[in-house]
Amino acid sequence: MRYESLLDSVGHTPLVGLPRLSPSPEVRLWAKLEDRNPTGSIKDRPALWMVQKAEKDGLLTPGCTILEPTSGNTGISLAMAAKLKGYRIICVMPENTSEERRQLLRMWGAEIISSPAAGGSNEAVRVAKGLAAEHPDWVMLYQYGNEANALAHYESTGPELLEDLPTITHFVAGLGTTGTLMGTGRFLREHVPGIKIVAAEPRYGDLVYGLRNIDEGFVPELYDPSVLTTRFSVTSGDALRRTRQLLEEEGIFAGISTGASLHAALGMAAKAVKAGERADIAFPVADGGWKYLSTGAYHGTLDEAEAALEGQLWA
Amino acid sequence: MAIEVRIPTILRNLTDGAKAVEGKGGSLDELFSDLDARHPGLRDRLVDEKGLRRFVNVYLNDEDVRFLGGLDTQVADGDTVTVLPAVAGG
Repeated sequence: MRYESLLDSVGHTPLVGLPRLSPSPEVRLWAKLEDRNPTGSIKDRPALWMVQKAEKDGLLTPGCTILEPTSGNTGISLAMAAKLKGYRIICVMPENTSEERRQLLRMWGAEIISSPAAGGSNEAVRVAKGLAAEHPDWVMLYQYGNEANALAHYESTGPELLEDLPTITHFVAGLGTTGTLMGTGRFLREHVPGIKIVAAEPRYGDLVYGLRNIDEGFVPELYDPSVLTTRFSVTSGDALRRTRQLLEEEGIFAGISTGASLHAALGMAAKAVKAGERADIAFPVADGGWKYLSTGAYHGTLDEAEAALEGQLWA
Repeated sequence: MAIEVRIPTILRNLTDGAKAVEGKGGSLDELFSDLDARHPGLRDRLVDEKGLRRFVNVYLNDEDVRFLGGLDTQVADGDTVTVLPAVAGG
């Protein structure tokens, strides 16, 4: 397939069946390979949509500086777009994210400001909001509250899924900014009666949840629970186990958050089998495993991998 | 048998540092009241007059109770309830 430029090639990713992981011919699992996007993750979609929206609104003009709190993938996508479009970009990233992500961000020209590990992405958001207040000329696209994030999935991920899988009954995805689930979920709900939209939320070790007051938690502004059918909390252990299973049985080398989605997808598949219902369950492979090699996720025993991942952000 | 309730770090000052405590009750609401009798103040940190506090997430066997029945969610011996603060991803 031919495109005018790299940015034009975002999206249109393959949807592949998972015949070995699917429990029966009536209950099937499908993976949408979002790691085939230009920078290797699903975040190329919201990044491109957010930048184009900001340009259209006159917020981003040549020479501008973009600021974004990100645990990695969104920052990498934005850095690619910023490089091609001539913007400076600063990413605020928790210090407990993988080294690969930092190297990739720098490769695409981003400057990195680290936020404390304790508190995870909540802290990155807080630090970025502080910097934005100090530098009113910087443009914070703010993926957690930017409607263009969800719109990217409403206008691209959702329609692509429906075109490739008109019989879809479930859409399962990781819950971070909530953009993937909100946008894709809204589109599918409008077109597929009775569709189930299921969130797989990463559950980390104690360190990530921090020690601050429970009243200082964070719910992304984009989050609308009425879009979801249900929401599962997936432990690092379950996510790792499924990530390896996806590689073992279907040959797909995915990042750890994909393992969490697969875990929830298999749970929904088991429910469908038990109820005697047919199901076509789709989930995105949000990124490939490359960026997580240094975390130890793919070698040694599961227990060793889980211990190595303790305290790290993997989604 | 009882219901195991996993407590996040920030609330362990109310459970003498215990990562998990046990309780009983037919609903989440009853379970939290039962816990509060032995760990005074715990219920108030989880629940306000409108229901579950905004930045508190509670999972019954890994499923978010807001999608099950909120405080009226039925619980039974052998279940695991996990309490976590809301955090950002992305």
